[in-house]
Amino acid sequence: MTRTLLTGNGAAAWGARLAGIDYIPAFPITPQTEIIETIGKWIDKGEMDARMVTLDSEHSMITAAGSAAATGVRVFSATSSQGLLYAMEMLYTVAGWRAPFVLVNVSRGLSAPITLEPDHNDVLAARDSGFLQIHCSTCQEVLDSMLIAYRLAEDERVRLPVIVNLDGFYLSFTREPVEIPEHQAVRDYVGTYDPENTLFRASSPSSQGVAVLGGGPYSYFRYELHLAARNALSVYDEIAGEFADRFGRRHPAIEAWRTDDADIVFVMMGSFATKARAAVERLRDAGWRVGLVRPRLLRPFPAQLLQQLLEGKQGVAVIDQNLSMGLGGVLHSEVASALYGHDRAPKILASFVAGLGGRDIADEEFFEIASVVRQAIQKGEMPPPRLLYTETELREVRKLQAIAHVEYEELRKADVGKVNGRNAGER
Amino acid sequence: MKAASRILGTAFFLEGYEVQDAPRYGAERRGAPIFAFVRASHDPINERGIIRHPDLVVVADDSLVPVPGAGVMSGVDKHTVVLVNSGDSAEIWKQRLNFEGDVYTLPAEAADRAALRFIGAACAGAAARLLGVIRRDTLADAIRQELADLGADVVEVNLAKALAAFDSMQAHEARVTPIKPGSAAQYQPPDWIDLPFEDARAAAPAIHAGATSVEVRTGLWRTLRPVIDHDRCNRCWWVCSTFCPDGAIAVDPDGRPRIDYDHCKGCMICVAQCPPHAISALSEQAAQTAEKAGASE
Repeated sequence: MTRTLLTGNGAAAWGARLAGIDYIPAFPITPQTEIIETIGKWIDKGEMDARMVTLDSEHSMITAAGSAAATGVRVFSATSSQGLLYAMEMLYTVAGWRAPFVLVNVSRGLSAPITLEPDHNDVLAARDSGFLQIHCSTCQEVLDSMLIAYRLAEDERVRLPVIVNLDGFYLSFTREPVEIPEHQAVRDYVGTYDPENTLFRASSPSSQGVAVLGGGPYSYFRYELHLAARNALSVYDEIAGEFADRFGRRHPAIEAWRTDDADIVFVMMGSFATKARAAVERLRDAGWRVGLVRPRLLRPFPAQLLQQLLEGKQGVAVIDQNLSMGLGGVLHSEVASALYGHDRAPKILASFVAGLGGRDIADEEFFEIASVVRQAIQKGEMPPPRLLYTETELREVRKLQAIAHVEYEELRKADVGKVNGRNAGER
Repeated sequence: MKAASRILGTAFFLEGYEVQDAPRYGAERRGAPIFAFVRASHDPINERGIIRHPDLVVVADDSLVPVPGAGVMSGVDKHTVVLVNSGDSAEIWKQRLNFEGDVYTLPAEAADRAALRFIGAACAGAAARLLGVIRRDTLADAIRQELADLGADVVEVNLAKALAAFDSMQAHEARVTPIKPGSAAQYQPPDWIDLPFEDARAAAPAIHAGATSVEVRTGLWRTLRPVIDHDRCNRCWWVCSTFCPDGAIAVDPDGRPRIDYDHCKGCMICVAQCPPHAISALSEQAAQTAEKAGASE
């Protein structure tokens, strides 16, 4: 075991290497490319025995990944953002084939306008595809999740592809100390790909993806896919438990940080959740009883565990790093549906949208979120959803609009309402 | 600066710290500002991304300091130490920035433009001494580790630069002091607003005028300058101007091509394509020096 500094991309590459992958179909996209470059370098140096093929698009890449997985080899691929969207048709298709492999998505906001920095609208677009989703918050978690993901994907009770998600820049290019486990220990844990689990072979004719079906048979196959994804909940607990026993690191389906005695709980996914963790510590220092809940598994969604963790809490702030146009935060609605109808569910479930396109979240903003939730608890009234956005940021946009010759007459009609006139300390 | 951040990150790590180092940049292009952040702590690090209140700011390119978009001095206060790679004195910078904290410069580095590609190592070396918790040997180990892939010669010259910078800061050892993060008991609330609905004519990300890119002088990115020898040019009318991917070559009515140096990025495609080899490539720096000399004569 070595402890060294690795980027999230480096950790993903190490995960693929240790898992003993055979085949990597690839197509470049920022901020994911470093993963494929790292693996390519290892293959060139003879440090890794795998076949890498560059495809002509992400659509072909996922087709190749699914096809190869169906023939019984261990497959890895990686993409990001627009690339994931370009592959979308095949994401649904290969999941329908029940082809087990691991795809890393390095989250990056979607066009238009274009950005390089992260939010989760890309990976959430694949939410209903049949791929399972593990969301990481540290570089160590990226490496560990890769190993867990292969076990999960290939388990005969599941047999589905898995997306391991990490945030662009905040993990992809950020180095942190990462423990790289011994190769043999990983081999013992991950095991070898069981080719009996898939039946697509040369000289043994079979067909993946059958002809056009009517609603009855179609429903059967789609619902079986859903049941396999549901199975993944208990299989995940078992596999992650075994991982903890072997490697000493726990990666539960939902991370709970100082929630036991908390009155107020933040709910967040991904790497920005570690910022929430830091804010929780500051709030605790100031006497607030605040905690953090971070779903690592988004699909399958661990609704029951979430109910248990949030039971009896006074208020919850879901901080979504995504935006479903015309609805709001996606995680907020998922949490709401998990809690609905439970007697001891928190009365206040506030929605905040933040971190779109990598927009930073300041400590003070977490403090203010806690303050908004506390006031809501006192009043017994749900606060309106809020985008974390400051007057200073709007001024910056006005400058850009001036450069872009935006018609100012149109803008002046709109009134900017200040909502936060309170002074610090008043609460 | 990515190299500098990684050298510092590794040095901290070798000294037993928990570390986080991360570069940050926009779309790739020559001359674009690049930032990197390094955090070190004896406890696990939960903070991530931008450092809003730095203890130490290292500036490798002093031309970025006055660029508002670069935000070099954002979040500094009088406890912050600023290290600038500059030939101007620390006093001048303190005045210029109206800054109360400590400022240090790297005059030896600034004087030697040929050494610019080692500036990362030099910055890391000086920063390590200012931090005061990284030993000289550890710094050297970190450089060997980080630059090993570039070969022994590159490691040696970077080592020399970094250690010289480390030694030059002897009198200022351990000037950097960590501050505690802001308290949740008393804080400045964010100036949140309700984002108003605006007409799509304003709120769609469109540019409502043509040729706005003309205002961006992309010629500043150039490191090589194509220069046309009009005696050799056979007035073919089209080859260089057609191949220019930026449309930065126009042809006069009499067939003379003219290069728009405000927008030529120096890709040298025209140099490669010109049939009579009438376009040559000059170092931009040499061309500018020659121009200045010509102007002063």
